[in-house]
Amino acid sequence: MPNRRGLAALTAALALTASACGGGAAIGGDGGNAHPRTLTYWASNQGASLADDRRVLAPELARFQRRTGIKVKLEVIGWPDLLNRVLAATISGQGPDVLNIGNTWSASLQATGALLPFDPRLLTAIGGRNRFAPAALAATGAADRDPAAVPLYSLSYGLYWNRALFRRAGIPRPPTTWAELTADGRRLTGGGHYGLAIEGGNYAENAHHAFILGRQHGADFFTADGRPRFNTPQAVAAVKQYVDFMAKDRITAPGDAEYAAQQSLQDFATGRAAMLMWQSAASSLKAHGMPGDAYGVAPIPFQTANASGPTRVDSMVAGINLAVFRNSQNRDGAVKFVRFMTSTAEQKTLNAAFGSIPPVKDAQDDPAFATPDLTTLRQVLAHGAAPLPQVPDESQFETLVGTAIKDLFADAAAGRPVTDASVRAALTKAQQQLPTS
Amino acid sequence: MTVTASTTPPPAAELPATTSLRPRRRSRGAALPYLLLLPALLLELLVHLVPMVIGVVMSFKELTQFFVRDWGSAPWTGLGNYRVAVRFDAPVGQALLHSFLITCGFTALSVGLSWLLGTAAAILTQQGFRGRALLRGVFLVPYALPVYAAVITWSFMFQRDNGLVNHVLHDQLRLASGHPFWLIGGNSFAALVTVSVWRSWPFAFLCLTAGLQNIPRELYEAAAMDGAGIWQQVRRITLPSLRPVNQVLVLVLFLWTFNDFNTPYVLFGKSAPAAADVISIHIYQSSFITWNFGSGAAMSVLLLLFLLLVTVGYLVATARGRDADA
Repeated sequence: MPNRRGLAALTAALALTASACGGGAAIGGDGGNAHPRTLTYWASNQGASLADDRRVLAPELARFQRRTGIKVKLEVIGWPDLLNRVLAATISGQGPDVLNIGNTWSASLQATGALLPFDPRLLTAIGGRNRFAPAALAATGAADRDPAAVPLYSLSYGLYWNRALFRRAGIPRPPTTWAELTADGRRLTGGGHYGLAIEGGNYAENAHHAFILGRQHGADFFTADGRPRFNTPQAVAAVKQYVDFMAKDRITAPGDAEYAAQQSLQDFATGRAAMLMWQSAASSLKAHGMPGDAYGVAPIPFQTANASGPTRVDSMVAGINLAVFRNSQNRDGAVKFVRFMTSTAEQKTLNAAFGSIPPVKDAQDDPAFATPDLTTLRQVLAHGAAPLPQVPDESQFETLVGTAIKDLFADAAAGRPVTDASVRAALTKAQQQLPTS
Repeated sequence: MTVTASTTPPPAAELPATTSLRPRRRSRGAALPYLLLLPALLLELLVHLVPMVIGVVMSFKELTQFFVRDWGSAPWTGLGNYRVAVRFDAPVGQALLHSFLITCGFTALSVGLSWLLGTAAAILTQQGFRGRALLRGVFLVPYALPVYAAVITWSFMFQRDNGLVNHVLHDQLRLASGHPFWLIGGNSFAALVTVSVWRSWPFAFLCLTAGLQNIPRELYEAAAMDGAGIWQQVRRITLPSLRPVNQVLVLVLFLWTFNDFNTPYVLFGKSAPAAADVISIHIYQSSFITWNFGSGAAMSVLLLLFLLLVTVGYLVATARGRDADA
């Protein structure tokens, strides 16, 4: 008996290790229109909770069904799981018909060939590419290829600042340069309060800020032909500046180093931190009990006042794209659904509900998007936002550089020095993990 | 990861003291048993062997994001992925070696502590006393809880600012100076070992409790007559009698702990801190985060070979030890 059980355990263990990255057979077949009555839709989490998303989407999907007779099976997937689910669907060939992707993944997923390219014919079917804002279209895949997806919701980073805390510290307006931000931050720090909240354990947030600060320092994380270049002096300066909010300026609480579940948002909403850099935070702040008049939204600071030229970047082009899975068995229905979701009426409804900006130009005029904070974010998106590099290794950049910064925050939080050398070493190590480097 | 569940011996079958009756043999239909085994064999092939073979095949391919949709088109790299994995002077190999050593340390500590706790608790609850059944039930709770729910609770408890662990250690017992981090930095290793032991010691307890039922009472009575104290009874009777149970238990705990993915993944998320970068997470990162599944598969195969080697060595060594005893 013991031997047999040992053997069984052994077999299981072997299978477990071997199948750690196996499972499923490769199905390279293409889609078609075998199941024209139903669609499966994977939606990303845009509201305060997954249930919130379902509540917003359900009536719209019902409307789509009334119009076309196609039933949409909805699954809302949280951000921590979405990329893995998409990847697993790509490998197995078993996936949804239509899906939301983070727009920064567009080029990476485009390289896998899992998404149906929006060629001119398909773009015409949904009303043509001119309906979309150019900034949003720039984040739909490599520049020389047909878009892998179309923009659905647009977002940009803004600096959220707590009006009451600023007033109490005698600061009349939000900072416009980083020097001002750290000076203000120091005045706002003390007595359990901190100047700036950072989601230090969240690799995606870290990578985004590394990109924004990187552009301000003139860093490109990829060469023109898509090879990684994570450890240039400019990149080191950018990452160090970001980690230094905790390590040197001490305007960020050490505890932020392990934040990865939107605790920084909560700290800002409860007044524990006076500033926060976030994408369209209005609905989440409301869910945490912070009324809209308690905070203001300003553009993220620049290195110098009156910044201009290519370093005048204060956000990434953030947002969500809508893609059709190439293996879909209801391609025509999927395209109809994309057309429906990007229609002007739906764009107004959905973006208003999620607090995002419609990438469809006709929908932007709606008064729902003329609030002061959305106006700021819209201007940032139009004038100061740059798309993350549209190269196949982009998603690896986010995970590797974001994780390296997470480790640097851990060093800073534990009181270990963060120097140019340690930042460069961390970034070099991140780059070496990439097979192409 | 669900595979482990299927091989977990059903706990209920362990507890009753069975003096198993051999089924009567029948000579007719010699082929029948094999026929009956056939479906299980086919499923075994399908569920276990086929993915293993696919994994091995993958390890010889350059299976990056450009080819994941159609594996057949990925170019063969021969031993390329293996060479990268075992070049310990280069970053990828170095990271793998570091992760391997961390995993060895983690496994040794976790298995050792789980076994020690399980043995102690099993022996202490061997004698009947009021509330014994209740206590045994409580001991088994960690084993019965869903992994995800249990480990996510631990991750809340380990939070630096609002976690229970720091509250107890610092605010109440004043054992720690300041609030240490548990989920990032060096302490993450201790956090991982703690949660792992908490999860696996009830299994050791369960197996050993079952094993204890099979030790005849007369042995203890005779030893007591000869003047052996409790400690001597444990050393001379209990532990030697539990030897067959321990042989399997330690092996199973070793394999489960070495391969454990759920605990570190739920505790630390996608990017484990360097101090707790155990091999299962490391391989996951090598394949899913860098989208290089061929490289991840090669590391998996290396791990497989290592575990195979350890297991065979262990079984041979313990069997020899038992023969020598007999």
